[in-house]
Amino acid sequence: MTTVDNDLKPVGYGRMLRKEDPRFVRGRGRYTDDVQLPGMLHLAILRSPFAHARIVHMDTTAAAALPRVKAVVTGADLAGLGLAWMPTLSGDVQAVLATDKVRFQGQEVAFVVAEDRYAARDALELIDVEYDVLDPVIDARRALDPAAPVIRDDLAGKTDNHCFDWETGDAAATAAVFERADVVVSQDLVYPRVHPAPMETCGAVADFDAVEGRLKLWSTTQAPHAHRTLYAMVAGIPEHKIQVISPDIGGGFGNKVPIYPGYVCAIVGSIVTGKPVKWMEDRSENLVSTGFARDYIMRGEIAATRDGKILAIRTHVLADHGAFNGTAAPVKYPAGFFGVFTGSYDIEAAYCSMTAVYTNKAPGGVAYACSFRITEAVYLVERIVDCLAYELDMDPALLRLRNLLKPDQFPYMSKTGWEYDSGNYEPTMRLALSLAGYDDLRREQAERRSRGEIMGIGIAFFTEAVGAGPRKNMDILGLGMADGCELRVHPTGKAVVRLSVQSQGQGHETTFAQIVAEEIGIPPADIDVVHGDTDQTPFGLGTYGSRSTPVSGAAAALVARKVRDKAKLIAASMLEVSVADLEWQKGSFSVKGDPGAAVTIQDIAMRAHGAGDLPDGLEGGLEAQICYNPSNLTYPHGAYICVVDIDPGTAVVKVRRFVAVDDCGTRINPMIIEGQVHGGLTDGVGMALMEMIAFDEDGNCLGASLMDYLLPTALEVPDWETGFTVTPSPHHPIGAKGVGESATVGSPPAIVNAVVDALRPYGVRHADMPLTPSRVWDAMRGHAQPPI
Amino acid sequence: MQVPAPFEYARASTVDEAVALLERLGDTARLIAGGHSLLPMMKLRLASFDHLIDINDLHGELGYITVTPDEVRIGALARHRELLESDELAAVHPIFRDAERVIADPVVRNRGTLGGSLCQADPSEDLSAVCTALGASCVIRGSGGSRVVPMADFHRGPYETAVGEGEILTEVRVPVHARAGSAYAKVERRAGDWAVVSAGAFVRLAADGTIADARVGLAAVGPNTTGIPGIPAALRGRAPAEDVYAEAGAIAAEGCDPATDQRGSADYKRHLAAELTRRTLRVAVSRAGG
Repeated sequence: MTTVDNDLKPVGYGRMLRKEDPRFVRGRGRYTDDVQLPGMLHLAILRSPFAHARIVHMDTTAAAALPRVKAVVTGADLAGLGLAWMPTLSGDVQAVLATDKVRFQGQEVAFVVAEDRYAARDALELIDVEYDVLDPVIDARRALDPAAPVIRDDLAGKTDNHCFDWETGDAAATAAVFERADVVVSQDLVYPRVHPAPMETCGAVADFDAVEGRLKLWSTTQAPHAHRTLYAMVAGIPEHKIQVISPDIGGGFGNKVPIYPGYVCAIVGSIVTGKPVKWMEDRSENLVSTGFARDYIMRGEIAATRDGKILAIRTHVLADHGAFNGTAAPVKYPAGFFGVFTGSYDIEAAYCSMTAVYTNKAPGGVAYACSFRITEAVYLVERIVDCLAYELDMDPALLRLRNLLKPDQFPYMSKTGWEYDSGNYEPTMRLALSLAGYDDLRREQAERRSRGEIMGIGIAFFTEAVGAGPRKNMDILGLGMADGCELRVHPTGKAVVRLSVQSQGQGHETTFAQIVAEEIGIPPADIDVVHGDTDQTPFGLGTYGSRSTPVSGAAAALVARKVRDKAKLIAASMLEVSVADLEWQKGSFSVKGDPGAAVTIQDIAMRAHGAGDLPDGLEGGLEAQICYNPSNLTYPHGAYICVVDIDPGTAVVKVRRFVAVDDCGTRINPMIIEGQVHGGLTDGVGMALMEMIAFDEDGNCLGASLMDYLLPTALEVPDWETGFTVTPSPHHPIGAKGVGESATVGSPPAIVNAVVDALRPYGVRHADMPLTPSRVWDAMRGHAQPPI
Repeated sequence: MQVPAPFEYARASTVDEAVALLERLGDTARLIAGGHSLLPMMKLRLASFDHLIDINDLHGELGYITVTPDEVRIGALARHRELLESDELAAVHPIFRDAERVIADPVVRNRGTLGGSLCQADPSEDLSAVCTALGASCVIRGSGGSRVVPMADFHRGPYETAVGEGEILTEVRVPVHARAGSAYAKVERRAGDWAVVSAGAFVRLAADGTIADARVGLAAVGPNTTGIPGIPAALRGRAPAEDVYAEAGAIAAEGCDPATDQRGSADYKRHLAAELTRRTLRVAVSRAGG
């Protein structure tokens, strides 16, 4: 672990403590549930106990008659307002409240607004719903059986549970390479359904002013501007009359990208009652109804020469999208960025075909730090490469080194059409091997094996693709994925920067102040970062897919440069020289050759607002705004090495060591990067070893509490060992790449590879996550079974 | 936020008052001590009671851990944390400290009580396995006085105990022996989780070093924490050795009745019953000086 020197106060990039932390560590954060308004009412949602059932009859009389209850609203009521259904982020529709059928356990059926939370929950128990229970579709493999019940009979002409087909790459060219390859390895892999489970559940406070026709909405959203536009489009409230405030957010991980029925219910509740209405999910509601992640059933195939040159990768994926396609991904990417499944390797051909189906499970799709499905893609390629190493009896580190892309191949156009901006993979890999002491580990493993102990070493090398995205091919429901940014320098030289992205814990208030500080030389402490309020910030698409630094970070740097350019004009006039004679040193302009003749950015700020004339044609003030449209994604990479020990008697896996070397280009605040990596690695341990949203055959969610859905604790993780290399992005103004999800993407395959490596003496080539003791024990006995 | 259905709340300041309240309110009332099982069930609305009788004020009366040369007496309100931290208790029955180190987390251990754990009668509950292994007995008090029930008779089924209406568990008594040792082991999917399987073992050695008495208590492998009756019979008079532990393990695997669930398959749990029985017996014998 690296220590942080509290005295470090960089004017720009460098290690410094987070500006937002004093309020968090002192309990002064302000979250959605902290919002209290005069006369505020509380909303609770009745949810379906069944995975698939027709609603025969509903009686709300008793609930409405309960004291302190102000309103009871059903799907039929919403249908009357045209609000029973809403669009999803993937162009599907989702029921706000069910009108005809319920399609997953936990689906919203009705809501109650009452004077307090207790009365609202008591009233739910008095709503009488008669259901006609239908057979559910739970196993995605059987969703397309001709006899399977049709879930989405709300869609005109729908006669099956098919959601979409998608393909990428060149099927024929790939088949030809497979045909002539020495070695072909095929492996079925399941990436089970997992849940983001942020500490703070989802919620909203809606305050509709009927006189002004104005809606103020506090909500747990990672994308306040996108949400405002969608509310305008769905609810018919003019966009300028909607203010979305996303206050402090207690973790997002993609869970807070979609618009959930509960937000819409809160808005309707406020309109109906004329009072502010608060809705906060409880833990179980969050786990059973909000955006899940993964749920890919994959077959991976890899073709190679006998001596370990990888030639081609092919995969077929069966994707379970739940009852409604609520995937949050750019419109033209129904499988997110899964197309990067070719990984970090120089191969000749690749092909993927995918079939997505509806099942009677909660909707969602990409949440949980998945980087738009790159988590699944990297897991596929890194697992299948290890399977190849197994079959070739080749060291997995050597196999990877042999096939990594070379520096002179960048920018690299992958066989599935992704242009990797920059990369220098081998030094990253070698640094990880060296930090881990790889050769010594292999020696130790051999010794332990001879004593009957079980030790494994797992490697994953990943390439991420983050920073959506170029607006020419990336949008969400027609909104281009570009970000605005505004910077205003006050007369005394302090500044405020306004961002469209919204932090859920990533440290934006520090990182963005540092980006601006680096460009204009004002210390980060003097730069206020404003975010999370649509009335206070310019438009942009929000924080997810590790896009804040690649997109808004670029915007912040460029807007600061615009301000600096203007400052330069003012400085020239102050120093009575021409602009060409000026030299910038962080924080001041001086005359070339005469360093004593200088003005600071603070002097310039006062001058920009002060008395006296400015140069001809220059307006007063020192501020600028920008909308940044990235020309490409950024492609961070990393090499991860995991060491596990397995108790031969109990099959319990202990992660002994984990070495993570990340390359995210220019590093703004190394402490924050390390924090992001630590969090992502911990996520990875959770997914690899314990997390899974399982269902029984009736569609009951078996992960409805944190006693059933396990999240890792400090006791399950080792002391993380991190390292870094720096390969700047050539197209990003400061060379930075995203890093928020790198560790979540890269760590699960490293851990699974380590467990499978440990089990090699037992003849195990693959075992699916989550690698609970029971599942590892099954694998040791040759009985490894997929989890679904 | 999860909120419970309405209920009335009463706070007892003595055992007699708690018993009187229980008699008056009948089965519409429940005692609440640490609340770490009852409150989540109420908040999830899986359980609903008209009255809760808070007995946390009885900690002064029932929070004791008294170790004498013959017996340990532990008040039902002793908290997990107190059981964990008691050096006196660990000296005579280290199994308590073994178990408490793996029970839930510090927040739960600060509030949860021995009495609450036993009376919840969860099949996966650790202290029930500990008390089974130790051959403990439970003191149950009602308005007519106290009665003593051995652990073997205390649990009547999942979430059911010998504590009747109008009664309260007040004390757990554990015998103390010379040349005895005990140990506890648990396999969990994650720290703080309920056991996949756990085992507690107690061994008393005779003067000649052979096993005079041995008991094993298993959790999460049947409708209740399970004492395996075959083990004492099989081990008595035997010299401690690996094959003896293995034999006991086989009896444990045979004698338990686990179910497949999210924590693991029944086969795996049977395997763990054997493995953890072996491990805890081995440690218990070593602690007994064997």
